Amino acid sequence: MAAGSQGRGEEMRPDQHKYKTSDEVDFVIVGSGAAGGILAKEFSTNGFRVVVLEQGPYLTESDFVHDEIKILQEDLLTNHPKLQPTTFRKTPDEKAKQQRALVYGRLVGGTSVHFTANFWRFHEIDFVERSKIGSIAGTGFADWPITYADLEPYYTKVEWEIGVSGLAGASPFDPPRSKPYPMPPLPVKSSGVIFERAARKLGWHPFPTPMAILSQPRPGRSACVNCGFCLAFGCEVGAKSSSLATAIRMAERTGRCEIRPNSYVHRVEMDSIGRVTGAVYFDKQRNAHLQRAKAVVVCANGAETPRLLLLSANKQFPNGLANSSGLVGKYLMLNSYAEALGLFEHPLNDYKGYAVSRVLHDFYELDPQKVGFYGGGGLDARFDFTPITFAMGGYPLSEAPGGLPPKTPRWGKAFKDALSHDFTRTMKIGCHGTSLPVEANSFSLDPDLKDAWGLPALRMTYKNHRDDLKLAAWQQARALELLDVAGARMKWHTLVEEDDFAFHLLGTCRMGNDPKTSVINSDHRTHDVKNLFLCDGSSFVTSGRGQPTMTIEALAFRAADRIMAFAKRGDLGA
Amino acid sequence: MQDALSRRRFLLGSATGVSATWAAAHWPAALAAADYARAAARSAGRPNFEFFTPEQAAEIDAIAARIIPTDDTPGAREAGVVYFIDRALKTFASDSQKSYIEGLPVLQARVREMFPGVEKFSAAAPEQQDEVLRSFDEDSNAKNFFETLRRHTIAGFLIDPDSDTGGNREVVGWKVIGRDREHMFQPPFGYYDKDYPAWQPAPKDAEKK
Repeated sequence: MAAGSQGRGEEMRPDQHKYKTSDEVDFVIVGSGAAGGILAKEFSTNGFRVVVLEQGPYLTESDFVHDEIKILQEDLLTNHPKLQPTTFRKTPDEKAKQQRALVYGRLVGGTSVHFTANFWRFHEIDFVERSKIGSIAGTGFADWPITYADLEPYYTKVEWEIGVSGLAGASPFDPPRSKPYPMPPLPVKSSGVIFERAARKLGWHPFPTPMAILSQPRPGRSACVNCGFCLAFGCEVGAKSSSLATAIRMAERTGRCEIRPNSYVHRVEMDSIGRVTGAVYFDKQRNAHLQRAKAVVVCANGAETPRLLLLSANKQFPNGLANSSGLVGKYLMLNSYAEALGLFEHPLNDYKGYAVSRVLHDFYELDPQKVGFYGGGGLDARFDFTPITFAMGGYPLSEAPGGLPPKTPRWGKAFKDALSHDFTRTMKIGCHGTSLPVEANSFSLDPDLKDAWGLPALRMTYKNHRDDLKLAAWQQARALELLDVAGARMKWHTLVEEDDFAFHLLGTCRMGNDPKTSVINSDHRTHDVKNLFLCDGSSFVTSGRGQPTMTIEALAFRAADRIMAFAKRGDLGA
Repeated sequence: MQDALSRRRFLLGSATGVSATWAAAHWPAALAAADYARAAARSAGRPNFEFFTPEQAAEIDAIAARIIPTDDTPGAREAGVVYFIDRALKTFASDSQKSYIEGLPVLQARVREMFPGVEKFSAAAPEQQDEVLRSFDEDSNAKNFFETLRRHTIAGFLIDPDSDTGGNREVVGWKVIGRDREHMFQPPFGYYDKDYPAWQPAPKDAEKK
């Protein structure tokens, strides 16, 4: 494949791969998303031979249309509920029912292709909160084995190399940073101005949202053109700093990295000595192949990474590869979320542009003694509807509400008038927050349902910790206050309810120093298998306050350094 | 009604065989007329539907025209929703074919039951049509079909006009909701950000952790 080309890998070399499956490359990476892309780029830039196995297709900018049906109903970019059905239950003593339980990006670039691009760093407290406030009954609340200071240089790498726009020092709550952002914030939207003015009246501290979206062009990538089809859509101009637009292409340009799409990894193989030898995947024709490698790094997201380990159970690990702790798949955290909507007198035209232009962190760290629950998070000003979803909701599930106030007639002249008036005059406040790690909340293999390849389907077990629900409701009340102060002509919200659908997939192969209470160590190495590494949202110990991808990418840059250090001193267990 | 039809035929006629000089002299008017005529031509003499019979299509078109009516702005009819739904049922919405095949006769039976002498939905007066639909909206048996049709109508009204689905014809739907069709926008975007000066930190000292 020509260096720097943007062609689709599968079309340019249909059955011809850069590496043979029998070539023992240095690294096989499972998953080409936020983490996998960065690891591929770092490894291949530093001379290592890499194969990235991605279950989804290799789509590119010309595929990123604004057709809401193709994208939101036909799952052009996302996991298919028919090909890969899922089940859901609230607690382990129930039988899970078949229903769509999660959405993730299923293509080269992963979920980073279609995300909102909110890119907050964790704050210092996120890593050491257990030490600060003590344990929380009924949860696995724990400190991370690393601190903010360990990760700070890598947050900076993400901002500068992948491309994050923002304004250093604009938030009084920001953690320390070694460099400013590489480019200024994106232009403010009317929703951001309304939010900022009202928040300041309330004594809060709104600031421009750090976004993984270019406000200035970079080689081969345009600055944001404010097209309005952002969250849930791919960026046709390369402004959204997806793994596809950044790390994947950088990796390919080294000439040492092969991105192999339509390669559905369903097993990591292990030899009798207890080292992994490669990854087995189904190709487009559903033939199975083993790609050999000296080490395997699984970056398949917080649902598919534990699923892969469970599917890879063998004699030595009957409960799942690298699962001596029994924690693979457990401690699932989703981040809490709630919204409030407001209608204003004049047109905001917030349909123009990216989704979120202002955020505030005044409630990042609430005092449990004062509010009566653990938690914290951020409020942001956004408009993330597109025309059809505004008019009738339906994404990601058909019950999801649209942007019209409740009790609006659902058809007829009154409906049309409401649409015509409200589409340009509505904004939303998003409330993002913590969710606690509860061991019973998990991803596991469904005992009955199979996917289209005959593999056990993903089963989600989730019941929100009480504090997560209280937090969401508390933040929602702040959002409604803000809309009042902002002079909204009308404001409304849907009540906070228990989750049965996941966007953020966190905690399911958690990091820690103790092999009994964690799956990987602080180098992302599984405690059990020396040449098996995991890096994605599953690595999280605590959930953070709502925007995980920035931290996933920083962890990936750091993991790359750690893993390459092992490789260079021959300590990969090979 | 008659005037509108005559005007439509006139514009159809005048949009073809027009000289370049005439077009240059009457550019904006000609353009508007041509737009209208193209839309009219498409809705008048369109090739066969892929899924619906012409009779079924007329019924679906009439129902969609109550879901998003034509009033002082275009509605579902002008957006070509019936063509969108027709194609949808052969492609991404093929799972809903059964709902339409079973639901439409039930709806027609309801029309006859509520308004004896009126044989089909498209023959009923608008007020009668709305009454029938309201009865469906509340009836759990028929709800499924009506809700499916409602969602398809909205999708056909507001889908990206550059999509290959045939909906939102002439960007009619986006014009109704006030959405400009460009792919790129520059600030200022709306009323509240147009006078926003550059970012300023809050006047008081920032609160320290």
